[in-house]
Amino acid sequence: MRKSSTPRHLNSPVKTLARPLLLTTALALLLAVLSVGVGAVNIPPGQALAVLWDALRGVPPASGGGDILRVILVDLRLPRTLLMALTGAALAASGAAYQGLFRNPLADPYLIGAASGAGLGAVAAISLDWPSSALGYLAVPLASFATAIITVLIVYRMARVGNTLPVTNLILAGVALSSFATALTSFLMINASGELRRALVWLLGGSTLSGWKPVIGQLPYTLIGCAVLLAMSYRLNVLQFGDEQAQQLGLNARRSRTVVVAAATLATASAVAFSGIIGFAGLIVPHILRRIWGGDMRRLMPLSIAGGAALLLAADILSRVILAPQELPVGIITALAGAPFFLAILRRTKKGRW
Amino acid sequence: MLLKTDIHRAGYDGLDILQDIRFELPPGRIMAVIGPNGSGKTTLIRALSGVLPRVQGSMRVNGTDLLAASEKERARLLAVVPQSTHIPPAFSVEEVVLLGRTPHLNWLGNTSGEDLQNAEEAMRRADILDLRDRLCGELSAGERQRVILARALAQDTPVLLMDEPTSHLDLQYQVAFLTLARELALEGDKTVLAAMHDLNLAALFGDVVLALNGGKAVASGLTDEILTAEKVEEIYGLPVAVLDAPGGGQRVIIPQLPANPAG
Repeated sequence: MRKSSTPRHLNSPVKTLARPLLLTTALALLLAVLSVGVGAVNIPPGQALAVLWDALRGVPPASGGGDILRVILVDLRLPRTLLMALTGAALAASGAAYQGLFRNPLADPYLIGAASGAGLGAVAAISLDWPSSALGYLAVPLASFATAIITVLIVYRMARVGNTLPVTNLILAGVALSSFATALTSFLMINASGELRRALVWLLGGSTLSGWKPVIGQLPYTLIGCAVLLAMSYRLNVLQFGDEQAQQLGLNARRSRTVVVAAATLATASAVAFSGIIGFAGLIVPHILRRIWGGDMRRLMPLSIAGGAALLLAADILSRVILAPQELPVGIITALAGAPFFLAILRRTKKGRW
Repeated sequence: MLLKTDIHRAGYDGLDILQDIRFELPPGRIMAVIGPNGSGKTTLIRALSGVLPRVQGSMRVNGTDLLAASEKERARLLAVVPQSTHIPPAFSVEEVVLLGRTPHLNWLGNTSGEDLQNAEEAMRRADILDLRDRLCGELSAGERQRVILARALAQDTPVLLMDEPTSHLDLQYQVAFLTLARELALEGDKTVLAAMHDLNLAALFGDVVLALNGGKAVASGLTDEILTAEKVEEIYGLPVAVLDAPGGGQRVIIPQLPANPAG
């Protein structure tokens, strides 16, 4: 007989979460420090941390270029690093949620059209010159959210066959809606002029807006979206069995699904609003993590948040290093890594091995 | 606990599947629901478990109105072993069984030691303890069916609904499964309703039988009274013979094929 008298609390996800979460978070922090240092002016991590620490304590900058270093670090590098980390976290969290919700390893904010939909709203808001005020920065993600949620609902409706959601339908509907949203976005961009047009170039893949305002504009929405997804992660586990079983297990499936879609789309919108459309980040991260640590959403969701931040920070560092001093859009890096990954998953899915 | 059902009509929007189904099932009893394919067995189980869009009538468990109950309340009263089940392949057996505790958990889904013990006991009864760490994607159909049974047992409900519970099982597990159902009914005072296409198993394990045809209850009563040659012939439109198995006490129903004119 097994030692069944001692139930294995070790198996509880909270216990098994600690170490992986520590690992991914440490990785993200390490990359964040690197990211602050890398660029046209290379600053060694130790020095970068020292300068930031001084700035935080309000110590006047060291003479002989210290003030320039501080400006670079505090006004340019740090907000960009934070923006990338937030964006990665938001994209990966929503990717994990969509994958669980649609029971489909290929669902990702980019492929199901949420990102392009969000882009349309953001561009519309920016062409109306909303970001000219601080409140405007907070309003841009809301515009993104509105267009993104409409896009997701249309894609879902078009792709659904009865109670099932075939992979191909989902991707096809996502691509079609994405193209439509992107076309409208291009129209708005071409219509814009001068300063605005330059501001909109970001959409081509993440030459981010600089400074602290985008960080502050994005932060609340990313936090809300991720917090709700974390809270819903047990329900996401149940929902993966399909609506019917979820209901028989005591879950209000429709309401839970609605909350998850809204939160995931809010996270996506917050990511897209100021960093543009960065493909595949939401696909890769949960997928790798699921293969290593399993599909329990109570584990997968927090890990995706930390892992997403790490991945996008890494991609951002690469984008500044590869053609230095020139910068590549982050979206190019994630697409170069993500598209082959996507094809590999597609092959596996065809064999029905998710 | 008492399952009391009085369905006038039930089905999907604009499509009635079930009509006039009335029965009462006391605790500790097993009801076998029989009938040809498409007669409404699965739909009845879906109606009772609250996933059918439209039900007119009343369904009660121990006085609680199932139609007015929330998902959570309902899931504390009835557990379902569905016929064909999607299980996400990346879940381990134990994780799936623990999900049976869902209606007893808070909204974050925190499990307590009691929940773990419950799941463990359910796995023991369904004989899947040695599979607990395996991923569901690696299991055979029969093993998956036992996992879902364990999940339903972990749900710890007075009523257990099973839809063709033995369809993927080998003979020894068919008997083990149904013996377990019987144990649960006798010891745990559970009310068990099982849709069965195998009349011999229905005869073996049902205390009472409800026969459906075309979405209507065409016969119901004690097993001995319903599973007679005339009644079965009436329900299935096929001549059958009912024999006593050697050793006695057990009846066997076999279809009578028309005589082969060539032979």
